[in-house]
Amino acid sequence: MATVKMLRDYAHCRAGDKGDISNICVIAYTKEDFEVIRMFLTPEIIKRQFMVIAKGPVERYELPQLNALNFVLHDSLNGGVTKSLALDIHGKTYSSALLMLPVTAKDRGQGA
Amino acid sequence: MKTIKIGTGAGYADDRIQHGVDLVNYGQINYIIFECLAERTIAIAQQAKLKDPKLGYNNWLDIRLEPILKKAKAKGIKIISNMGAANPQAAAEKIASIAREQRVEGLKIAAVTGDDVFEQIKQLDSVMIEDGKKVSELGIDNLIAANAYLGAEPIVEALSAGADIVITGRVADPSLFVAPIAFENNLRLDGDWTMLGKATCAGHLMECGTYVSGGFYGDPGIKDIQGFDDLGQPICEFQSDGCFVITKRPQTGGEVSIGTCSEQLLYEIHDPARYITPDVVADFSAVTMEQVGPDRVSISNATGHPRTSTLKVNVAYHDSYAVIGEFSYGGVGCVDRAKLACDAAIKRFKRLNLPITECRTDIIGYNSLFSENTYGNGALPNEVRVRVAVRTSSKDYRQRGIIANEIRSLSFNGPYGYGGPSVVAKDVIAINSVLIPRELVHTTVTMTEV
Repeated sequence: MATVKMLRDYAHCRAGDKGDISNICVIAYTKEDFEVIRMFLTPEIIKRQFMVIAKGPVERYELPQLNALNFVLHDSLNGGVTKSLALDIHGKTYSSALLMLPVTAKDRGQGA
Repeated sequence: MKTIKIGTGAGYADDRIQHGVDLVNYGQINYIIFECLAERTIAIAQQAKLKDPKLGYNNWLDIRLEPILKKAKAKGIKIISNMGAANPQAAAEKIASIAREQRVEGLKIAAVTGDDVFEQIKQLDSVMIEDGKKVSELGIDNLIAANAYLGAEPIVEALSAGADIVITGRVADPSLFVAPIAFENNLRLDGDWTMLGKATCAGHLMECGTYVSGGFYGDPGIKDIQGFDDLGQPICEFQSDGCFVITKRPQTGGEVSIGTCSEQLLYEIHDPARYITPDVVADFSAVTMEQVGPDRVSISNATGHPRTSTLKVNVAYHDSYAVIGEFSYGGVGCVDRAKLACDAAIKRFKRLNLPITECRTDIIGYNSLFSENTYGNGALPNEVRVRVAVRTSSKDYRQRGIIANEIRSLSFNGPYGYGGPSVVAKDVIAINSVLIPRELVHTTVTMTEV
C-alpha cells in the first residue's frame, strides 16, 4: 500500500549559497531511505517544488556512499546575498521547505 | 606518524568570542584558525581604510586576540586568520601593539598582502561571471574594491619564516587550513594534488566552525542536539598520511557525527567532484566517513586534481540603495490586513511615481521565507509582520527619505491595528566575480617582530 510521508521522515538537509546559486544537500538516514529518495527526488521534482524560487535549471549530484544527493538550484537567490531584498538572503531556510515535500513511496515496507 | 591538531576559533565574523579562548585554554591544538571575512566585508573595510589608513581590518581583531595572545605563544599554538581584511599590515601592527602591552616577547606576526587587485582589474576590464558584462559597465565610480582569493602559498611562506601569527586579507576559506597542513607535511603546492585535495576537504569541513559540530543542525525530535549554550569548537586531527578525524573539544555541547559531517561536506558545494579552490580542484565525490568514537568521525578518500590557471576575484561595487520597513498585525484576519497593506504599498509607490527599481513585499509568518505557492499546511498564523523592501538607484538622499516615510506612514494610512513599525535604509554594496590569470597576482609576506 502506498504511503505518503514527508521528506523529513527520510532525510535531513542543509542549504548553502554561492552568488545567485543555492545548493541543497539531502542526506538519507538509512540505505533504504536513500534508495527511496534516489528514485523519487529528481531535478524535475525539485524544480517544481521551488517553482517560484528557482528560476534557472536544477542539477543533481549523487554520493551513494554517504546516502546523499546534492541539488544545485541556479538563479534562486534573488541576485545573491549581496543584492537580494529578501528576508532570508542566503536561502538557508530552503532546506526546511524541501523537508516538507510529500514523498510517495510504495516500497518502504513499513505500512502507512 | 605525525598528527597536527587544528581548531576553528571562529567560523564567521560574528562567531562567539569564547570559542577562541576555550580552544587555546583547553583545546590541546597546534593551530587555531579564525575565518572572519564574508564576501562583501572587505569592501566595507576598504572604505574604512580610505578614511583612515590605519583601519580596514576586522573590528573584533583585538577583542578576539587580546585574551589568547599570551597563552597561545606560551603553548606554541599558531594563529592564522583573515581578519586583516583590507589592511593586513595595519592588523599586524595592531597585534604587535597588543603584544607589547601584554609583554609577550619573541612574537613573529606575518601580514599577507597581494589579494588587492583593484588596479589590475580596472585595467583588464574582465568579463564578469554573473552576467557576462565587463567590469567597466558597472560604472567606474561605483567600483569599491577587487580582491583575489589567495591560496595557501603565502601562508606557508609565512609559517616557513617562523611566523607565530599569520594575518591575511582575502584567502579562500579552506586554504587557511590547507596552509598549516601543507607546511607541517612539506606538501608540494604545485604537485601534491591528492594530499591538497584531502587537506582542502579537512579545511572545508572546518571552515564554518560549529557547523560541523552540531551548530545549524539540531532539530528536536529528529536530530536532537544538546548544549547550544556551550557548543564545542571543532578540531581536526590531520595525519601525515592524509587520513584525518573531525572531533570537538571534550565536555562541550553539540556532536560530531556522520550526519553533521555529511551536511557540512556538501555545504556550499556544487559538483562534489570539482570543488575549485586556489590550491587544487578538490574531489569529494568518493569521500567516506566512519564514526570511530564518540564525537569522532574519520574522513577518507578525498582527492584532488591540478589547480586551475586562474584565481577568482570578488569585485565589490555600489549597486543601489535599499529601504526596508516592517510593521505587525495580530489576531483574526491579520493575514488579510497584511495583504491589504502590501497591496497599498505597491499602489502607493506607483501613484507617487517614486524612483524605485524593485519592490518586494512579504508577510513574515506567512510567506516570507518560501513563497506560499511552495508550501503551507493551510493553518493561518496568529500574528504576522509586513515587510516592504524597496530598491532605488536615486543618489538623492531626500528621495530615499520619502520612500522610507511612505513605508512608515503605511502603518498610519493603512489597515486596522498595526504595531511596531521600523524602517532601515542602507547602501547595497554588491559583489560580482571575475577570473584573473594567476601570474598577475603577486603576494608579499611582511614580518613584524615584537
